[in-house]
Amino acid sequence: MNIHEYQAKEFFRNAGLDVPEGKACFSVDEATATAEQYGMPVMVKAQVLTGGRGKAGGVKFCDSMDKVKESAEAILGMDIKGHTVNKVLVTPAVDIEEEYYVGMLVDRASRRVLLMASSEGGVEIEQVAKDNPDAIIKQVIDPRYGLLDHEAMTVSMKLTADVKKARQLAASMQKLYTAFIEVDASLAEINPFIFTPDGIGKAIDAKVNIDDNAMFRHRDFEELRDLQEENPAEAAARKADLSFVKLDGNVGCLVNGAGLAMATMDLVQYYGGMPANFLDIGGSSNPDKVVSALEIILQDENVEVILFNIFGGITRCDDVAKGIIEATNRLDIKVPVVVRLTGTNEEEARVLLQGTDLVPAETMDEVVQKALELASN
Amino acid sequence: MAIFCTGETKVLVQGITGRDGGFHTKSMIDYGTKVVAGVTPGRGGQMFNETVPVFDNVADAVAETGAEASVIFVPPFAAAGAIFEAADAGIKLIVCITEGVPTNDMVKVMPFLEDRGVTLVGPNCPGFIVPGQAKLGILPGNIVAEGKVGLVSRSGTLTYEVVDALTKAGLGQTTCLGIGGDPVIGTSFMDAIKAFNADPETKALVLIGEIGGDAEERAAEYIKENMDIPVVAFIAGRTAPPGKRMGHAGAIVTGGTGTAAEKKAALEAAGIPVADRPVDVVPLLKELWKDA
Repeated sequence: MNIHEYQAKEFFRNAGLDVPEGKACFSVDEATATAEQYGMPVMVKAQVLTGGRGKAGGVKFCDSMDKVKESAEAILGMDIKGHTVNKVLVTPAVDIEEEYYVGMLVDRASRRVLLMASSEGGVEIEQVAKDNPDAIIKQVIDPRYGLLDHEAMTVSMKLTADVKKARQLAASMQKLYTAFIEVDASLAEINPFIFTPDGIGKAIDAKVNIDDNAMFRHRDFEELRDLQEENPAEAAARKADLSFVKLDGNVGCLVNGAGLAMATMDLVQYYGGMPANFLDIGGSSNPDKVVSALEIILQDENVEVILFNIFGGITRCDDVAKGIIEATNRLDIKVPVVVRLTGTNEEEARVLLQGTDLVPAETMDEVVQKALELASN
Repeated sequence: MAIFCTGETKVLVQGITGRDGGFHTKSMIDYGTKVVAGVTPGRGGQMFNETVPVFDNVADAVAETGAEASVIFVPPFAAAGAIFEAADAGIKLIVCITEGVPTNDMVKVMPFLEDRGVTLVGPNCPGFIVPGQAKLGILPGNIVAEGKVGLVSRSGTLTYEVVDALTKAGLGQTTCLGIGGDPVIGTSFMDAIKAFNADPETKALVLIGEIGGDAEERAAEYIKENMDIPVVAFIAGRTAPPGKRMGHAGAIVTGGTGTAAEKKAALEAAGIPVADRPVDVVPLLKELWKDA
């Protein structure tokens, strides 16, 4: 789950990082009142779950109340890469002398949390990795001991020769690690971590992604979820515990297993069609899930045909068949449904599906080809 | 021969009394796997399926039955704990089927396993099957056949699709292994490829990759330098939009890297043909492997 800068900053403050105060404001009046309280100058920053806010004009430095009003009016309602801005962060502006990047993520290769730091702050780390990979200092963190003092200090001394600054950087890295573990992050970034002219280090931007698999132990994080930023179908899928991604085509796809679901989408495209969605009904075999999945797919008016591609492993085909029958009975499905069920309990499934309107298919290629024929009719 | 285990390997199941655990344990036994014990706290002393003794903990199960490998079907919140317990009891081969395990839990588990020389497969995986010998996981036994092809996959059901095609074409397998789609897993793509390379019975290799990470790119490099047997691949996710998690926590294209196109290019540059469709793995392999 992605969260906003202002939410991530709250986590950072709780971990003891020096983060300038700030408030998320939902209206121009709220923004000006907040700016008035802080005094000039302030920053007005769009809160959207995408990068490139600055380039899109969603981040403004304001040295007068007029400028605050003008900026808040411009930014609220602005579209940034398809995301509508419905709140801005108002925060006191700080004088910046130096900028650094400090970030952590789960590294697949080392199977550890990896600290990455760079003296090229304020730039996207992917860009630094491409243009100047040597500028990124890395440290693998042992989960048993956390980020040790000497590790953090060694990284920091590679960023600056100023020991006082290095100590602040190192301490901030350790606090970031504390926050990372505390909230079950998959990514946590301070970009930039800055020093003011009098040598005080502060985190002035924050990004945190939370591991979806760990949400069960952070029930309170649900309220951080920005429902306005979520596609309604994707939100419904999440509530039904389904993996779903909305796409632009007309072939609704309902598949068991993420890899097979992707391969099915690819095959739809291979035969000249376009998938309407990615949908994995998951490793369990709950008929209610199939009902929810069909309801979500049918909300999309572009969908002209639905295909099921089920290769049973942990998912039992007879349970899926029951779910399909229950769903087709309960829902008013106006588009053709093509079904391919193979694997565990497939004989039982075939018996259950006999005498229904569902179009059977034996193979993955056949189910896709039949679906495309039916979609074009 | 095969990789990881034989038909003689003694297997225990953690979570044997659960719905999925029970269902798949029966299926493993039917396939011929030597399931010697089950573990569910509070169920010690009971029998599963009238043949398999259930213990309260893994240490007791190992002491009583000599179990050497464990297959885990416990819920996500308990999965890391179950892996720690198995490793602590001296189990050297652990297969964790559980989907939805927090990534930081897996990060915590890893040094414990590395220190003890434990092989972990998964989590969030179908496990593996040695045709005609044993299966540790949930792959359907009826789609595999004994033979000489090794298969490693980051997926579950997509694995079945390709295995089914191989078997129908008369291409049997030494071992079919699904390593799982999470960002932090035990046996990596590379570990599996090295294991197959060290297995004298495996004469050809099929790789099934997907978007996210760079496992396929690194595998391509290794294969080019170190392997002589025919290798073909399939990569899922050509149509996946960037920045979206495609089910698997690891299947996400980030910052323009981890795309299917990049992986295909890296594999083909290493002389490994990449199939357009899952079924095309068969003709590609036959073309490359003249003495199949």
